[in-house]
Amino acid sequence: MSLRNIGIVYRKELIDSLRDRRTVISMIVVPIFVMPLLTIGIGGVLVSQVGRAMEEVPKVMILGGHDSPNVRKQLEQLKQVNIVPEKPDYAEEISNKQIRAAVDIPEGFDAKLAAGEPMTVKIYMYEGEIKSGFGADRLQKFFRDLRDQTVQQNLRARQLPESLIQPFTIKEQNVAPPEKVGGAVLGGLVPYFVILLCLTGAMYPAMDLTAGEKERGTIETILCSPISRTHLVLGKFLMVLTASVATAVLALSSMAVSFGAGKKLLLGVAHGAADTAMQITISGKAVASIFLVVFPLAVFFSAALLAISLFAKSFKEAQSYLSPLMIVVVLPAVAAMIPGVDLNAKLALVPVLNTSLVSKEIITGTYHWNYIALIFVSSSVYAAAAIAIAVKLFQSEDVLFRT
Amino acid sequence: MIEAQHLVKRFRDKKRGTLPAVDGISFTCRPGEIYGLLGANGAGKTTTLRMLATILAPTEGTAIVAGHDVNKEPEKVRACVGFLSTATALYGRLSAFEMVQYFGRLHGMDESSLRCRIDTIFERLEMNEFRDRRCDKLSTGMKQKVSIARTLVHDPSVMIFDEPTVGLDVMAARTIAGFIRECRDAGKTVIFSTHVMSEVEKLCDHIGIIHNGKLMAEGTLAELRRRFALQDLEDIFVKVVES
Repeated sequence: MSLRNIGIVYRKELIDSLRDRRTVISMIVVPIFVMPLLTIGIGGVLVSQVGRAMEEVPKVMILGGHDSPNVRKQLEQLKQVNIVPEKPDYAEEISNKQIRAAVDIPEGFDAKLAAGEPMTVKIYMYEGEIKSGFGADRLQKFFRDLRDQTVQQNLRARQLPESLIQPFTIKEQNVAPPEKVGGAVLGGLVPYFVILLCLTGAMYPAMDLTAGEKERGTIETILCSPISRTHLVLGKFLMVLTASVATAVLALSSMAVSFGAGKKLLLGVAHGAADTAMQITISGKAVASIFLVVFPLAVFFSAALLAISLFAKSFKEAQSYLSPLMIVVVLPAVAAMIPGVDLNAKLALVPVLNTSLVSKEIITGTYHWNYIALIFVSSSVYAAAAIAIAVKLFQSEDVLFRT
Repeated sequence: MIEAQHLVKRFRDKKRGTLPAVDGISFTCRPGEIYGLLGANGAGKTTTLRMLATILAPTEGTAIVAGHDVNKEPEKVRACVGFLSTATALYGRLSAFEMVQYFGRLHGMDESSLRCRIDTIFERLEMNEFRDRRCDKLSTGMKQKVSIARTLVHDPSVMIFDEPTVGLDVMAARTIAGFIRECRDAGKTVIFSTHVMSEVEKLCDHIGIIHNGKLMAEGTLAELRRRFALQDLEDIFVKVVES
């Protein structure tokens, strides 16, 4: 094994790739600029939309209640809603977003309330539409407050304590450390991004260094040099691995920086609404551990993509082989985000899914070292097998000169 | 020196089964002479030369190139061989200098002697004008010169040319023809494949006519003329192939 020869090939491939606009775009420009722009951009739009929806004074309609001037007057005085005149097609108006919600006040509301008779207040809203939800929430709060107020008045009139209807209160207290809270939000998302970036970063160089060489006719040129085919494939493999790791590292660093900057910006817009979701602390130990489990996966991707692309006669053919592979990788990566899919000894042997699951655990501060070791070993075995296949294919004339 | 000993190469074809592209070829090519392998398209010329350059492994038989067996020491063979064909393209994103330097390094040359060697070749082939220009920005003639420099950088004793003038204009083809002669004059062993009769008549000391993977006739041009009682090489070629 000549490290010198592998180094010569690696150095040449690195120079060659860095001069290729398409590689630079996929390895450097996309991870540094596009990924954070996308994630923060989408997050920003989401938070600002929610903020705007919360600020809006929703138009609501009062249906009936003409015999109950008290409740109508109180509703009309509410600053959080804008009362519009009653119309029979209220449901259509809600659907068309002309009004956000409507409340149906039962007949004789004021009198029944004073008499303590049971009744039902109906609030009409459009399920799943955020602004309609906010309108309905405000109406519901008004009637809940009115109900509580009436109960308190009745209790006072009968000289009974308030604890009669509320003997105790319930309060939830979080005991999870901050990284757990952050991890719960981003636990599945970060590994998904890392795995996907490792794959996409390796994809273009893998095709360019194999099928691309065949297409450009340089494969025969390099094969007539004295370098062994094993050294040649290892030099190329190191280049693909560099691109894979660089893409993931650059994208994550860039996302971390823009997340920090974006957090302040977004919190300003959202008036604290996104505060809990953004309480994210990922320790150095977690970063190192994730790198430990993701690195063999990047090796596996690089070698596998190199082997598959080598089989193709042209760049276009290589693209048609590798594009479906995205789905094969994305599915197990996404599967780890499904609640209830937890790491066990069997899943620790499933490539991609194992890395995704263990990364999710690591981000939430859980370290099952036996699983981490098992995943590292199993991923390393898959990676070694993929490298061996790539080396073997480089020895095959049928593959190199496939016509 | 090249000694091909009963070289056979069979390819597998899904529809037609196993096909012999080269079927038991033997010949000798000596230092200081140009051996021309003449044959129609698909006759087995490229496969024979690729086996000599160890890009393909023979199915049967062997060849001794510069004292090394192509089956046993392929890397040593490649270290002594300069291989040039229209299929051996250049790395477009490397400069002319980087391209030649890369192959010098792959041949294990140390940096100082490699630099001296590149300077000499670039001076000799008048390449300094486009030394640092990327290969994809070069004209066809310039590219040919870079390819020649690439094959010469390690000063090989054996030169293999596989239809090196296909698709080239007259000037570029003349550059290549001149270069082949220079290699012979420098005492190198030169083997050259073509289907162009005039090139063979002008350049080759020995001619081998190849057809359907078999070497049908061999000798100097004068010997072939005598044996077939014909003057024109094209007539000789047709007679050999039809027989």
